[in-house]
Amino acid sequence: MSELAQTSLEARMQAARKGQWRRLPLIDDPRWRWGIAVGVVVYVVLAFASVDVNWARVAEGAGRAVNFLSAFMQPDFVSRQKDIVAGLLESLTMTLTSTVLGVLLAIPVGLGAARNISPLPVYLVCRAIIAVSRTFQEIIIAILFVVMFGFGPLAGMITLAFATIGFMAKLLAEDIEDLDWRQVEAVRATGASWWQTMNHAVQPQVMPRLIGLSVYRLDINFRESAVIGIVGAGGIGATLNTSLSRYEYDTSAAILLIIIAIVLLCEYSSSHVRRWTQ
Amino acid sequence: MPVSLTTQGLPVWKRRTTRAQWLQYVAWLLGISLFLICWKVISDNTMWVFVEDAGRQGADLLSRMLPPKWAYANVLWKPMWDTLNIATLGTVFGIMMAFPVAFLAARNTTPHPLVRSAALMVIVSSRSINSLIWAMLLVTILGPGVLAGIIAIALRSIGFVGKLLYEAIEEIHPTPVEAISATGASRMQVMNYGVLPQIMPAFAGISVYRWDINIRESTVLGLVGAGGIGLQLNASINNLAWDQVSVIFIMIFATVLVSEWISARVRHAII
Repeated sequence: MSELAQTSLEARMQAARKGQWRRLPLIDDPRWRWGIAVGVVVYVVLAFASVDVNWARVAEGAGRAVNFLSAFMQPDFVSRQKDIVAGLLESLTMTLTSTVLGVLLAIPVGLGAARNISPLPVYLVCRAIIAVSRTFQEIIIAILFVVMFGFGPLAGMITLAFATIGFMAKLLAEDIEDLDWRQVEAVRATGASWWQTMNHAVQPQVMPRLIGLSVYRLDINFRESAVIGIVGAGGIGATLNTSLSRYEYDTSAAILLIIIAIVLLCEYSSSHVRRWTQ
Repeated sequence: MPVSLTTQGLPVWKRRTTRAQWLQYVAWLLGISLFLICWKVISDNTMWVFVEDAGRQGADLLSRMLPPKWAYANVLWKPMWDTLNIATLGTVFGIMMAFPVAFLAARNTTPHPLVRSAALMVIVSSRSINSLIWAMLLVTILGPGVLAGIIAIALRSIGFVGKLLYEAIEEIHPTPVEAISATGASRMQVMNYGVLPQIMPAFAGISVYRWDINIRESTVLGLVGAGGIGLQLNASINNLAWDQVSVIFIMIFATVLVSEWISARVRHAII
C-alpha cells in the first residue's frame, strides 16, 4: 500500500511540474470514494421517492407561516401572563432541583464507573446505569415517569435528574480515569483512608470540571424542561403546546423569545463560570 | 498557606482561610435554601396520592410491556425508514445551511462584524430551541408529515454544526491562507484552497456526530405529528398498547446503538 502511495505521489509531483495540479481527495482509496458517492446518490433518490408531501396542505399553511412570523414581530406577553409565569416558574424549579439531585446521584455512579478506583463488578453496574440513562431521549423517559408519578413537575424533575445521572457520571468517570495518579499515590503514602484519598487527592483534581459540567447541565436541563411539558411533565413546554394548539401565535412567540433569552443567559453565565473554575 | 494556632501555640495546617471557610458556609446556606424553595414549589404542584402508588404503577406498566408483541415489528419498518430519512435528509439540509453561516460567523472569514453578529444570532436561536419545538411549529404550518420533521431537524442542526464549524474555522493555521493569498488568489480561491482543506476533517466529523444525534431526536418527533416511528409510539401509548411500546423502544435502542457505532467508527477513521 505504501509503495502504491509512493508511486502515486511521484506521479502527482511530475504532473505538478508540468503545471497540472489537483488537490488531494478527502478519501484516499478511489474504490471507497466512488462507492460512497454512488451509495449516497442511490440513497438520496430512494429517500426523496419515499417522502410524500401534501403540497396543497403546505400551500394552505403558508398563510399561517406569515401569521407566525408577524406574531414574532409583536409577541404578546400580557394576555396569558399568568400561564407563562406559572410555566416558567415550574420549568426553572424543575431545572434547579433536578440538576442538584442528578449531580448528587451522579457522583457515586461516576466514582463507581471509573475503572482505576473501583472493582470490576461495581464498574459494570455503574456503566450499565450510564448506558441506560444515556440511550433514551428525555421525552421517552418522561412518558414512562408521567405514567408512574402522574402529571406535573415531579415527573419532569425525576426525568431530568435521571438523564443528568447518565451525562454527569460518564463525564466524571472519564475525568477520574485520566487524573494525575501521582497525587493519589502521595496522599495514600501518608496512610490516608479511602475517604481521605477521595477527599484530598481525587476531589481537588476533578472539582473544577465537575462544577463546569454541572453548570452546563443546568443549561441543558432548562432546554429540556421546555420540551418534556409536551407529554405532561409540567413546565413551560405545556404552556407553549397549549398556545400553539389554540393558534395563539403571539403568545407562543412570546414564550419562544423568553426561552431563547433564558438559554442565552444560562449559556453566557455557564461559559463564564467554566472559565472561572478552570 | 492557611494555618491556625492550637492552644499550645503550635501551627496546624488548615485547608482554607477563615474568610474562605465562612464564605463557603454562606454559599452552601443560600444554595440549600434555594433548593428547598424550589422543592416546595414542585411539591405544591404534585398530587402526592399518585406518587404513593408509583411503585405499583411501575410494576403494572412493566407487566403490560412484557413480553413485547414481536409481530408488531413488521408494521414498523416503513416508519423506521421514515425516521432514518428525517434524520439524514435533515442533517444534509442543516449542513447546507450551516456552512455559509459558519463562514459568516467566524472572526477570520466574516466580511463585516455586523454580518458576524447576525450569523451568531442565527446560530444561537437555532441552538436554543429544541427540535421537538421546531417540529411543533412546523406541524402547525406545514401540516403533519415527514417534511415537517426534516425541516425541524435541519433548523436545529444549523446552530450545532454552525457553532462547532465556526470555532474550527477560527482555529485554522493562518500560514496556508497567507501563502495562497500571496499567489494573488481571489477571496473565493483563498477560501477554497486555504481554509477549506484545513476544516474538512473537522467538518466531516461534526456532520457525522450531528447525524448520530439527529437519529435519536427524529425517533421522538412523531410525538407531535412530524412523522417517523414516533407516530407509532404516540398511537400505541394512546391505545395503552404497552406491549407495542416496548417493541418500539427496543427498535429505537437498537437503531441508536448502531448509529452511535457508525458515527464513532467514521469519526475515528477521520481524526
